[in-house]
Amino acid sequence: MFGKLTLEAIPYHEPIVMVTLAAVILGGVALLGAITYLGKWKYLWTEWLTSVDHKRIGVMYIIVALIMLLRGFADAIMMRGQQAVAAADAVGFLPPHHYDQIFTAHGVIMIFFMAMPFITGLMNVVVPLQIGARDVAYPFLNSLSFWLFCVGVVLMMLSLFVGEFAATGWLAYPPLSGLEGSPGVGVDYYIWALQISGVGTTLSGINFIVTILRMRTPGMSLMKMPVFTWTALVTNILIVAAFPVLAGTLALLTADRYLDMHFFTNDLGGNVMMYVNLIWIWGHPEVYILILPCFGAFSEIIATYSKKPLFGYKSMVYATAAIGVLSFMVWLHHFFTMGAGANVNTFFGIATMIISVPTGVKIFNWLFTMYRGRVEMTTPVLWTIGFMVTFVIGGMTGVLMAIPGVSFVLHNSLFLIAHFHNVIIGGVVFGCIAAMTYWFPKAFGFKLNERLGKYSFWCWFIGFYLAFMPLYILGLKGMTRRINHYDDPTWQPYLIVAFIGACFVAAGIGFLLLQVAVSIRDRKKNLDTTGDPWGGRTLEWSIASPAPFYNFAHLPKVDHLDQHWEDKENGTAYAKPTHYEDIHMPRNTGAGVFIGCFGLVMTFALVWHIWWLAIVGFVGMIGSFIVRVYDRDVDYYVPAKEVERIDSAHLASIQKAV
Amino acid sequence: MKHPHFTTVGRSLGIGALMLLSGCTMEVLSPKGDIGAQEKTLLLTSLGLMLLIVVPVIFLTLYFAWKYRSTNTKAVYMPRWSHSARIEVVVWTIPCIIVAILGVMTYKSTHALDPYKPLESTVKPINIDVVSMDWKWLFIYPDYDIATVNQIAFPVDTPVNFRITSSSLMNSFFIPQLGSQIYSMAGMETKLHLIAREAGDYAGISANYSGAGFSGMRFRAIATTNEGFQDWINKAKASNNALTPESYQALVQPSEHNPVTLYSSVPTGMFDNIMHNTMSKIAGLDPANCTPTSKNLIAGNN
Repeated sequence: MFGKLTLEAIPYHEPIVMVTLAAVILGGVALLGAITYLGKWKYLWTEWLTSVDHKRIGVMYIIVALIMLLRGFADAIMMRGQQAVAAADAVGFLPPHHYDQIFTAHGVIMIFFMAMPFITGLMNVVVPLQIGARDVAYPFLNSLSFWLFCVGVVLMMLSLFVGEFAATGWLAYPPLSGLEGSPGVGVDYYIWALQISGVGTTLSGINFIVTILRMRTPGMSLMKMPVFTWTALVTNILIVAAFPVLAGTLALLTADRYLDMHFFTNDLGGNVMMYVNLIWIWGHPEVYILILPCFGAFSEIIATYSKKPLFGYKSMVYATAAIGVLSFMVWLHHFFTMGAGANVNTFFGIATMIISVPTGVKIFNWLFTMYRGRVEMTTPVLWTIGFMVTFVIGGMTGVLMAIPGVSFVLHNSLFLIAHFHNVIIGGVVFGCIAAMTYWFPKAFGFKLNERLGKYSFWCWFIGFYLAFMPLYILGLKGMTRRINHYDDPTWQPYLIVAFIGACFVAAGIGFLLLQVAVSIRDRKKNLDTTGDPWGGRTLEWSIASPAPFYNFAHLPKVDHLDQHWEDKENGTAYAKPTHYEDIHMPRNTGAGVFIGCFGLVMTFALVWHIWWLAIVGFVGMIGSFIVRVYDRDVDYYVPAKEVERIDSAHLASIQKAV
Repeated sequence: MKHPHFTTVGRSLGIGALMLLSGCTMEVLSPKGDIGAQEKTLLLTSLGLMLLIVVPVIFLTLYFAWKYRSTNTKAVYMPRWSHSARIEVVVWTIPCIIVAILGVMTYKSTHALDPYKPLESTVKPINIDVVSMDWKWLFIYPDYDIATVNQIAFPVDTPVNFRITSSSLMNSFFIPQLGSQIYSMAGMETKLHLIAREAGDYAGISANYSGAGFSGMRFRAIATTNEGFQDWINKAKASNNALTPESYQALVQPSEHNPVTLYSSVPTGMFDNIMHNTMSKIAGLDPANCTPTSKNLIAGNN
């Protein structure tokens, strides 16, 4: 009846897990109670959960990303704590089975459920506004993508309390992730959480490609597109090219585990290295999927606050495209130690180094954007400068390990861990927080607190260096990754410093959350009444903050790269249109929520081999989709009068501000 | 090397940078063998070359941010300037030059350091067959008919030829102070060639996570004199503890923190049997239905 699921699956004997579970239940009950008490269920359902508005979906993505940042960081600090104490005779507080799940969960959460939704959320909020569109090409699909992604998140969190998570490392290499290596349900949670959220990601990739290629406002040719949108375009092309590879690889692993096949185990001719190659053919583009939009955000930020156009826009575009293409040609550098021949290793080593050329160009372009500018030292600029300093170090150690001879001694060492945290924290995390601070007023209508933002930056910045510079040294001392205990006592001081660094990062996260809370409390003092709080250059700053639900009262005409800035220079910005038209808008729908719920039922049942329930979930998903397909009431018109009323209020508020 | 000046400058910069780090010993940077020494030089040279560009970039970032801060109204401000063909040429060319030099270094070093390439030496090499197991290392000396768990020994200045496989999960065979690591994979054979130039007792590890007992999967690699090596072999011979197919079956069961064990003898073709045992699975053969030859091979009776 319940497959492999029994009451034994709940880890009563793990105090850490049980305390977390209690906290989650209490927090959940408190949250639901508060919503009920305030009578906000209807508001939440009609305005948010069923919304197809790209801005709301984007905000929901980022909220989930921040929540998962907390979970992923909790895992991180437990690992740092364990390694700081588990020297020589001390075994630490985490037994191997628990520790192994924690580092696996940390990697999976930070990449799939923190960085990815943060990036997707930013693209959702910003891209349609930058290209002068009223929504994405497929608004319902966008909502569906979000809810499928949420299923992955919920499944991932469920694994903490019901059963176990994979203890294989974040890429679940076989044979360890095969049935013999991992007989429990951990890898199955991994497979289905990634598979279903991956479907969401792929759909959202298609959505954005179509949006960017087909829905730009009149006059905006590709080479007049803001650079963030360019990076979003390349990232989404990478998503559509790479995520099907992940889906296929996981499907083969699923066949190995569920259907007694042997694609990746020796029996009957399988080969583990096939999996390792396939997963990295997805995995390497994935890191560029994450970093490219951050490059775009830094470009927007540095230009806006330097009060100058971005230096070398064309170079930037070509560099982005070049990185996109090259990212598919370097995957083997993740396993030079497989025993491939010298020519193969040389090819992938040099291909990897070549990526540093366009990346280096980008760094120089940001430098020369500041050159002869008027750089305002705001929080986003601090994050950007912090990024530039940190990222070149991470890039350097990356190129270092692209040399096979060097990789032979540093592969899988803590030097590698330091390297990729150097680029992911210094690049992706700094970029996401900078972008969030920069575009926050556009989504909510008020600015974030500067002082707390700066505290957060300095804690993150110092914390990063304290946490990861010792790891570079430990890598050179021959310490490998994923060990939960070591004999060499000379490693311990470095690991203690790294733990202190993690505590600084914790303070950084604390200040970030405090910044949001304080800014909400003081929102009346920080209102953005003009819609252009930073002296912005691109179209999103030409409309009100928060952006009206239809985005643009009339579609702007674009002749310049920095259209809004040119309009302000020429005094043609904020002109009242001669007439208003009815605006065609999509209607909200709960279909995404329902398909997501059935998807959760299906994937949970598949994890536990509850076949009848999996069929129920699958039929439910298809059924909800069919119901949605036959729903003809999917759109409506905003009357011209209503548009005029909202737009006039915005123009009046600008008049008052000037 | 084609660019002696660059590489010399690079190396000294790299060494300088690392001296700043600390006075601690870093195993990877204090190699005790040829392969490790070459890899250390390669690491430091390329690090220094890149520092040539990275240090100025970091400096310029901080300098421009400071100089062109909005409160400094004395600095030049060019609100429309966003393009300069000259700067663009320079910023595309500089990384290209560095990458070209690194590319040449990569081509040469990758071929020179190919783990499969036997080392040139007048001394007859020692053969060691390595099997990673859950979670310990089995070492077989086919030429001496002995085997060990979690310890190897070999004479200094003598090339060591490793053949590496796994009895189940994937690991990576690595002695940080001697140089290169390579994966051990079931049903497959990888090769590694190392040499020690200084006597010592070096740490050996698995550098690829392989499950619950991974952290304890450590071994010692003893580089010693010819006499010391002969004594060590004799000690194993005298242990009167033969590795047989039966004792192998016990050994192959998962276990953690295994003590060093010496075996006085080992069945001929043991390494190939272990590898072919998984190979027979690859061929989809049931050992019971094999031809006599392959059956013997799998059972270890040849």
